[in-house]
Amino acid sequence: MSERKIRVMVAKPGLDGHDRGARVLARCFRDAGFEVIYTGCHQTPEQVAAAAIQEDVDLVGLSCLSGAHRVLFPRVVELLREKNASDITVIGGGIIPEQDFDMLYKAGVQAIFTPGAKLDSIVEWIREHVKARHF
Amino acid sequence: METTLKICAGDVRTATRLIRDLEDKLPHARPRLQQLFIHTGKSFIIGITGSPGAGKSTLTDALIGEFRKHKKTVGVLAVDPTSPFTGGAILGDRVRMLRHAEDEGVFVRSLATRGALGGLSQAAGDAIHVMEAMGKDVIIVETVGIGQQELDIINHAHSVIVVLVPGMGDEIQTMKAGIMEIADVFAVNKADRPGAKQLQTELAALFSATPLAPDDWRPPVVSIGNLYEPAGFAEKTAELAQKVLDHHDYLIVSGQLSQRMERKAMMEITDALKACILEPVLTKLIATGELKDIAQRVKNREADPYSEAEAVARRFLKVGETT
Repeated sequence: MSERKIRVMVAKPGLDGHDRGARVLARCFRDAGFEVIYTGCHQTPEQVAAAAIQEDVDLVGLSCLSGAHRVLFPRVVELLREKNASDITVIGGGIIPEQDFDMLYKAGVQAIFTPGAKLDSIVEWIREHVKARHF
Repeated sequence: METTLKICAGDVRTATRLIRDLEDKLPHARPRLQQLFIHTGKSFIIGITGSPGAGKSTLTDALIGEFRKHKKTVGVLAVDPTSPFTGGAILGDRVRMLRHAEDEGVFVRSLATRGALGGLSQAAGDAIHVMEAMGKDVIIVETVGIGQQELDIINHAHSVIVVLVPGMGDEIQTMKAGIMEIADVFAVNKADRPGAKQLQTELAALFSATPLAPDDWRPPVVSIGNLYEPAGFAEKTAELAQKVLDHHDYLIVSGQLSQRMERKAMMEITDALKACILEPVLTKLIATGELKDIAQRVKNREADPYSEAEAVARRFLKVGETT
């Protein structure tokens, strides 16, 4: 009997200690039946990318409330690309002004969820867009 | 073959992917592990176990640091529980080990138990082999937070650290069978808390009553204080690492390493037999609906489970008589 389980990582890059939202999401993903690697606050994009690769996740969810998303999110995408891991989906959330969406999408962030986003809609997005990968 | 070469060359993506395919029981994964097996068996495997929140991940982080000082490469398997309701899991051990994330000599992989009850996951043994083939000098296997008798770790690790914290009960608890018996090294963590002295005394008493020959291993007790007093913490965790290495030397000199490896081989072949004899039968019985029919008959007391099992065995095994 084989079953592909979705693995996701929830991470907070940069100098931002506000992890309530990230924790709520991690719990929500757990309840959706995903395996969730929770790595907490204050990480460098390099740490996030390395951990995502070691854990073989399908998706990395980045949370940022500090305003540094324009630098940190694209950097994570770039590092994954450098390490031949661009098949790992990157999504982001937090306090992100709408005028930054385009820039982040262009950089390779595939979805952005801001305050007010329904938990179910995030899970649904993941189920729809992230298929556990076969090589 | 390509997978074997890549993993033996230390390729993290290939290794972690194979671990996942083994966890997910994909059909191509097992043959790859078969090819890999010849390259395994050279790493020192350390188990670390104890109750939830005792500090296993934090001590694992400290041990990684110590072994890296000795220029050893380290693999870590960190197991956390799967929800029995949703199948989901929060794998949070890694939070304590972030400082090693970018060190290429360290590979940390989290595993969810996926229903296994022995403190590890079913794929833990496979994952250990993958890390062995990568050439890791030391592999640390951190169990889920356990109670008294989730002891699968002894079948996988060469040396076992049991992490205890003060205030979890009186000396009757330390007398009990199970977890207290499997320790090669005890770590009394959070030893700055009340009750630590008492716990140390009880652990000392535990072995004063056991007749041991002078050459026998007496599990040492290392008391580790507050993480936020870095100098003392570092000194004690260095001592913990040294005790584990001492135990490894003892295993070699006393010949016990060979015994433990034999016990592990015995378990692995038993598990493999179950996987290739029992599981296909169960899969078939489930697919045809026969298992459900049997369960109905047993429920209605029209049949007993023992005769039904024997009947199935006669059908699937060449030797009909199983006893």
